[in-house]
Amino acid sequence: MQRYLTQRLIAFIPTLFGISIVIFIVMRLLPGDAIDAMVGTSFKLTEAQIAALREYFGFDKPLPEQYWIWLTSALRGDFGFSVRSGAPVLPEILARFPLTLELAILAMLIATAIGIPIGVLAAVKRDSYIDIAGRLFALIGLALPNFWMGTLIILVLSVAFGILPNSGDYTDFVKDPIANLKQLLFPALTLGFAFSASIMRTTRSSMLEELRQDYARTARGKGLKEQAVIVGHCLKNALIPIITIIGLETGYLFGGAIIVEEVFALPGIGRFLLNGIAQRDYAIVQGTIIFIAFNFVAINLIADLAYAFANPRIRYD
Amino acid sequence: MIKSNQSKTLIRFLRYRSSQIGLALVLIYIVVALFAGVIAPYSPIEQHPKDRLQEPNANYWLGTDEFGRDILSRLMHGATNSLRIALISVTLACLLGSTLGMTAGYIGGVFDNATMRVMDLFFAFPAILLALTIVAALGPGAINTILAISVVYTPIFARVARGPVLSLKNMEFVQAAQAIGTGHPRILLRHILPNTVAPIIVQITLALSWAMLTEAGLSFLGLGTIPPAPSWGSMLSESRKMMEIAPWMAVFPGLAIMLGVLGFNMLGDGLRDALDPRLKN
Repeated sequence: MQRYLTQRLIAFIPTLFGISIVIFIVMRLLPGDAIDAMVGTSFKLTEAQIAALREYFGFDKPLPEQYWIWLTSALRGDFGFSVRSGAPVLPEILARFPLTLELAILAMLIATAIGIPIGVLAAVKRDSYIDIAGRLFALIGLALPNFWMGTLIILVLSVAFGILPNSGDYTDFVKDPIANLKQLLFPALTLGFAFSASIMRTTRSSMLEELRQDYARTARGKGLKEQAVIVGHCLKNALIPIITIIGLETGYLFGGAIIVEEVFALPGIGRFLLNGIAQRDYAIVQGTIIFIAFNFVAINLIADLAYAFANPRIRYD
Repeated sequence: MIKSNQSKTLIRFLRYRSSQIGLALVLIYIVVALFAGVIAPYSPIEQHPKDRLQEPNANYWLGTDEFGRDILSRLMHGATNSLRIALISVTLACLLGSTLGMTAGYIGGVFDNATMRVMDLFFAFPAILLALTIVAALGPGAINTILAISVVYTPIFARVARGPVLSLKNMEFVQAAQAIGTGHPRILLRHILPNTVAPIIVQITLALSWAMLTEAGLSFLGLGTIPPAPSWGSMLSESRKMMEIAPWMAVFPGLAIMLGVLGFNMLGDGLRDALDPRLKN
């Protein structure tokens, strides 16, 4: 166990290193650079001014040197400065991250709260109408694009109830939890819906597996109520794959959050990234992507470790 | 012997309700995509200024948008766009990924290790983020969308193709082929490939559904297909400005995406169950 833990933690470092190289290379594929983008839209600069700006932002140096400068400053917690606003990128990311994190956590909770009960019910009432409805729910959940679901939710809320869920401003959870949850409920539901479908599927198949085990028959045989057999015995054992899938897929919520934040106009890091892309702001795009990738890898690591702890039968050697 | 196995698989596949529905949806989608030019009632970009924002009616079955363009025709041509991008990108990813994965698994050693570690790097990103990064760097457009989707899916095909090779390469029929002097490329193509096809086919259908979804998502964000070319994602994004007065503009493109994705998912589920009945609950 300890060895596995050490191995995983050590493997974490080259992964991050690799991610940074991939992002750096991809971002340099840009046709034209950020200075061109700036000049093209707002200012008319002289050649000398452009050259000065390029030098200031380090775009005139050879690529490996640019990478080295970027990496060493990133390690010091400095992700560079936005070409547009001149502000350092990391504080901007950190200021927006709580919203994205909260959105992801809420989405996970909603997905779990929907997925597990439906999955258990579908397994227990196998091949009944409940099971068919549950499987249909999972199929639709996995095929429903989140940007469409979000759009439809806004449509229904605004047309039928006259509520505009968001106009761009956002209330901090600490300041006003109720107002905050009201704003995030629908985005989180949108983000978590597909996830609830995959949790439901895993729960169903895992429960089906456990319900036919000998211990379940024994429990019934000794006169336990069916409910106790299902919840106390089978669900407990069925949880291991369910926890695994929750751990593995939570990281993906950060990807989905980019689109959901855009749909609901929430000022999280996803929207920050999209604005950075639209304005071709290297530092913002690089910083945000590496930040999201870092969190994604970290969550996967935690999920792996949690899995190893939750299931002592698993040994990694 | 092989033939009868294949027909058994086919029969099993066709017996599942999910395969039947999936196959039907996918066929409709393909037919519409191939013959959009013939069956669409109007041109997808022709504007009818007098008929702007019409509700669904006898002339415009699914209504018109703010330029008076027929939504049904745009959806049909959108299917062509979506299918073209999905097919090309998945083909590229499948060819490159499977070749890399199978070769890596077969050769083993340092080459295997190096290849798979590079592939692992791509798993360190949520898929949509990786696609977004690539399109952000290269700029919007169909070709860049194709590249982005291929890059995301290549490592997945590499993993899927490599797995079975690891055990197959030590099997007796492969050793026998090596012993009689068969060349490595021939062994890979004629002896190993046929035994890894099943998981790859299942992966192809799932990849197609993901590719459709990603193309629509990127277009929705304004980073995929460039307007006025019809794409389901950009139609949905355009509809958001008009939502309260023309809700049909938001409903139909989303429905089209969902049915297409649903079709490929169900087809994939059916294929997986038919090819490997042990996995079915």
